[in-house]
Amino acid sequence: MKRSTIDLWVGLFVAIGIASVVFLSLKVANLTPQSSTQSYTVTADFDNIGGLKVKAPVKSAGVLVGRVSNIQLDSKTYQAKVTLAIDKQYQFSRDVSAEILTAGLLGEQYIGLTEGGDPDTLEPGGKITLTSSALVLEQLIGKFMTSFAEKGSSDSSTHADKAAPQQ
Amino acid sequence: MFETLASPFRHLGALTINAIWRLGFAARFLGAIVMQSGQSLLRLQMTIREMYFAGVLSLIIIIVSGLFVGMVLGLQGYNTLSRFGSADALGALVALSLLRELGPVLAALLFASRSGSAMTAEIGLMKATEQLDAMSVMAVNPIARVVAPRFWAGVISMPVLAALFNVMGIFGGYLVGVVMIGLDAGTFWSQMQSNVDLHYDVVNGLIKSLVFGVAVTLIAVFEGYDATPTAAGVSSATTRTVVTSALVILALDFVLTAFMF
Repeated sequence: MKRSTIDLWVGLFVAIGIASVVFLSLKVANLTPQSSTQSYTVTADFDNIGGLKVKAPVKSAGVLVGRVSNIQLDSKTYQAKVTLAIDKQYQFSRDVSAEILTAGLLGEQYIGLTEGGDPDTLEPGGKITLTSSALVLEQLIGKFMTSFAEKGSSDSSTHADKAAPQQ
Repeated sequence: MFETLASPFRHLGALTINAIWRLGFAARFLGAIVMQSGQSLLRLQMTIREMYFAGVLSLIIIIVSGLFVGMVLGLQGYNTLSRFGSADALGALVALSLLRELGPVLAALLFASRSGSAMTAEIGLMKATEQLDAMSVMAVNPIARVVAPRFWAGVISMPVLAALFNVMGIFGGYLVGVVMIGLDAGTFWSQMQSNVDLHYDVVNGLIKSLVFGVAVTLIAVFEGYDATPTAAGVSSATTRTVVTSALVILALDFVLTAFMF
């Protein structure tokens, strides 16, 4: 086989390889050139973050506005300190509230931001004070069970009260 | 009496010593290849020629197998996921299983049987027909001239083939999931994009395939160089290449997965 033919084929081969890697990076892994200059970070303390993970989406009104960039446990307050990287084009008021929501019943968890009414905007590096924790299914069931049990016992006690005068 | 008792142990000892000796020889062989590879990198034409035989000619088998593996993943994944009402996650399932495991491993297995065996047979036959000795006589180092270009060609080709296998597999999953079954194309891609991480999944998969490329090609050229210079020797060396490569790929895959994910 001629040398130039081999060169052509190997060149095509390598080009296919590079194109594959580019496809995997851009289309499959969704690599978007999002450097730190295009986003600012704010922090929020949560009592319980449930299953929230780093890189989880941050949404406002369902629109993706940023990602969770870091999660740490505050060693003083024992709260979860979540750092959010928010796109520069979105500004929120200082009393914006953050809550941890779940996409679908068993889907991934994300942070939902609800805009407040304060005219001042949240500065980069600021802190979101109004937070509500993740809904942990076990705790919810636990609360339901205890309230159910309390209701049951109070019902029986009222029965006893009613029964008492009849005697 | 002592002789009959001792002979199985003697046999076992000989096997163990032989295995360790071959392992050490293979390691020194790798060292020799790296030391002697200056020529194959300077005269790139030799390496490019070997890349044609090892890489370009493997394209067909990689493309077709990747496509079918992706299509099967799409079908089976859909059957199982739809049982739990989460057929939307099909894109993520196909992409993650291909990028992390199936792409590198299957591409390496195919590469070992398609190109590794050919390398072993070629080098083994060169040895059997005393071409390697003739080179040495002419003061041409056979490792630099024959082995190193093939080694580097295999090491470069393997990640390319694995990446192509991944792309074809994802395309196959897309064909079955979106075109055939009729899932929403937007959900398919967005689920994939939100679950696949560039460094964690894509780059780790490529590192895996690079490691497999070094292992498979080293086994192939080593078995060829070490083959008994007879027809039977070359044939058994070719068989050993495929078997050893498959075992090494799967064992290395477990180790790499344990470290990476």
